[in-house]
Amino acid sequence: MKHIPWIILALIGAACLAVLATVRGEQINALWIVVAAVSTFLVAYRYYALFIARYVMKLDGRRATPAHYRADGMDYVPTDRRVLFGHHFAAIAGAGPLVGPVLAAQMGYLPGTLWIIAGVVVAGAVQDFMVLFISMRRDGKSLGELVRMEMGAVAGTIALAGAFLIMVIILAVLALIVVRALAESPWGMFTVAATIPLALMMGAYTRWIRPGRVGEVSILGFVGLIAAIVYGQAVAASPFWGPLFTFTPEQLCWILIGYGALASLLPVWLLLAPRDYLSTFLKIGAISALAVGIVVMAPPLRMPPLTQFIGGGGPAWSGGLFPFLFITIACGAVSGFHALIASGTTPKLIATETDAPFIGYGAMLMEAFVAIMALVGASILDPGIYFAMNSPAAVLGTDPVSAAHAVTAMGFPVSADLLVETARDVGEHTIVSRTGGAPTLAVAMAEIFSHVAGGSAMKAFWYHFAILFEALFILTAVDAGTRAGRFMLQDLIGLAVPSFRAGTSFLPGVVATGLCVASWGFFLYQGVTDPLGGVNTLWPVFGISNQMLAAVALMLSTVVLFRMKQQRFAWVTVVPTVWLLICTLSAGTLKLLSSDPTVGFLAHARKFSDAVSAGQVLAPAKSMEQMEAIVFNDRVDAGLCALFLFVVISLMGFTVRTCLAALREDRPTVNEMPAQMVPAE
Amino acid sequence: MSLVRRILTIGRETARLMVGQPPYEVYLAHMAKHHPDATPLNRVEFFRNRENARFSGAGGGKCC
Repeated sequence: MKHIPWIILALIGAACLAVLATVRGEQINALWIVVAAVSTFLVAYRYYALFIARYVMKLDGRRATPAHYRADGMDYVPTDRRVLFGHHFAAIAGAGPLVGPVLAAQMGYLPGTLWIIAGVVVAGAVQDFMVLFISMRRDGKSLGELVRMEMGAVAGTIALAGAFLIMVIILAVLALIVVRALAESPWGMFTVAATIPLALMMGAYTRWIRPGRVGEVSILGFVGLIAAIVYGQAVAASPFWGPLFTFTPEQLCWILIGYGALASLLPVWLLLAPRDYLSTFLKIGAISALAVGIVVMAPPLRMPPLTQFIGGGGPAWSGGLFPFLFITIACGAVSGFHALIASGTTPKLIATETDAPFIGYGAMLMEAFVAIMALVGASILDPGIYFAMNSPAAVLGTDPVSAAHAVTAMGFPVSADLLVETARDVGEHTIVSRTGGAPTLAVAMAEIFSHVAGGSAMKAFWYHFAILFEALFILTAVDAGTRAGRFMLQDLIGLAVPSFRAGTSFLPGVVATGLCVASWGFFLYQGVTDPLGGVNTLWPVFGISNQMLAAVALMLSTVVLFRMKQQRFAWVTVVPTVWLLICTLSAGTLKLLSSDPTVGFLAHARKFSDAVSAGQVLAPAKSMEQMEAIVFNDRVDAGLCALFLFVVISLMGFTVRTCLAALREDRPTVNEMPAQMVPAE
Repeated sequence: MSLVRRILTIGRETARLMVGQPPYEVYLAHMAKHHPDATPLNRVEFFRNRENARFSGAGGGKCC
């Protein structure tokens, strides 16, 4: 009897999916997607997550968690599961689930929707949940240590080095999105720049005036943010201040690099912590408002379910549906980076083992929901506007007339007037070729929010609110990530040179910070100067690396299941592992070896180096120097892809070896902490 | 405790933990129970200790 409501829910979800999959030629409402996703997620949580908890992991509510047996009131604290859910969700949700789906919308809304829904249920949420479980049974150790414990020291070091490279790519691609959103936009630039003095004031407030009053200082900061958005319009319009806050992408790139280095060396209370409050609360608030807005507005989807770009050749990113859709939407469907979070603070805070499905599986479903909202956002825009914003300038030219012409030629009729009017509505000079996903989402959010509150007069305000919200938490991720990358690098170098480890002296910290910033700065600069807009090149590399980390986490999970002697349930992790390996290995190989220069790095390098030796300059390069830079960048990217392939293939070898060894044993060989039972209170 | 107050408490605790601040009262209770001889950090010291811990380590606490 208790199953009947769930069966009804499953039927509703199936019906919505059927409608989505079959409707052609007419616009359908976005709520079909939302309802299909929510009902699938609830049913998956109720049945699949519980199945994994009960039969695969055999969670035991009486077994003590690290929060109990290592309780210290600081790092290890038994925490209410609702509170912990919020903490975990805030840590995993970032720009990834917002940007990937927006980019994926170039193939229409259907492929992205289906991949997010299926991917999260079978792969993403399973990965987060498994890693959380594994770490929770091992004192809350981190992913690198877990791989070392279960698969050996070499595998652990490879995983750690892989994680550092992924961090570098993530930081570069995130910074690039900010550059693309703020370049030539004095209003956006002013509001984001204003957050720095604002954060410094907040830092001083929590340091000397009212220490520890997070709520108070956040409200003060929020008022400051709104004031910055409101005054930003006047600043942008002013003949003196406007040009002062107008930067080219290259200038912004250098500003970000300098800022990233500085921010990660400053004391955390001064800049990082106060901005963390603003970005975290703004993120949660904006995401909730977006959910409410979509339900209230119930907009129709104007993007077709499928576009002609499913075969490849799309303007936002190149490559066909398989495998590139599955790496373009990384966060939201499955994200390897979550393995680092699920083996971070969360496992040290779980009160009982039976909370793990809600937190591990549940929070990831929530992130998938965010991804669905981003996809809906991109799909309610006029496709003409979408493609005018997301195609590189090399395709569109720079003025609305040439852009309208080029987009219409793609098969999405749009007038130059509409492009000009949309730009004016959101308070920008132009929306042509504002790539990177963030501006597209901001236009969509402005559409939705202004429908609910303020009408079209508020569109410009909401657009800059959305840009600020995205830029703010991306910048916080860049600072925090640079610090984290610095510590990772110190750990790695410390393996060879022990005196390099964190906490020994000041110099290694500065050197490691410099190396970290230089690494992501290199890729950022390459992306910024890339004539195709950079997102085109960097996002796939990011997607491949992130999905490969997910494959690594799932391989670790598989090893653990074998060593627990639970191999008859190993399909739970093997199925998503195999799928991710197929996608990432084929995408990685294509990026490396494809003979199509728009896809393969080496083919692209060859095309340009042949031209160099023939003394020709190929568009979009304008000089021989640029030609050589393109060739060099291509080779670096190819090397990186090869490195990622090496990481995954070698860990695959370790996985198979460890699983076979575990099979030969007749008893469990996992390295779990011995079970202690929670004493009766 | 009334329902509204409970919701507010949970909301407040969630918001603080999101930025890396666990409840001070729990820490005090832990110290009183397990380390009665040690002097616990005061509220401000505890706040700063957690603030530093959040950003020093390879964890980072942030995702893409």
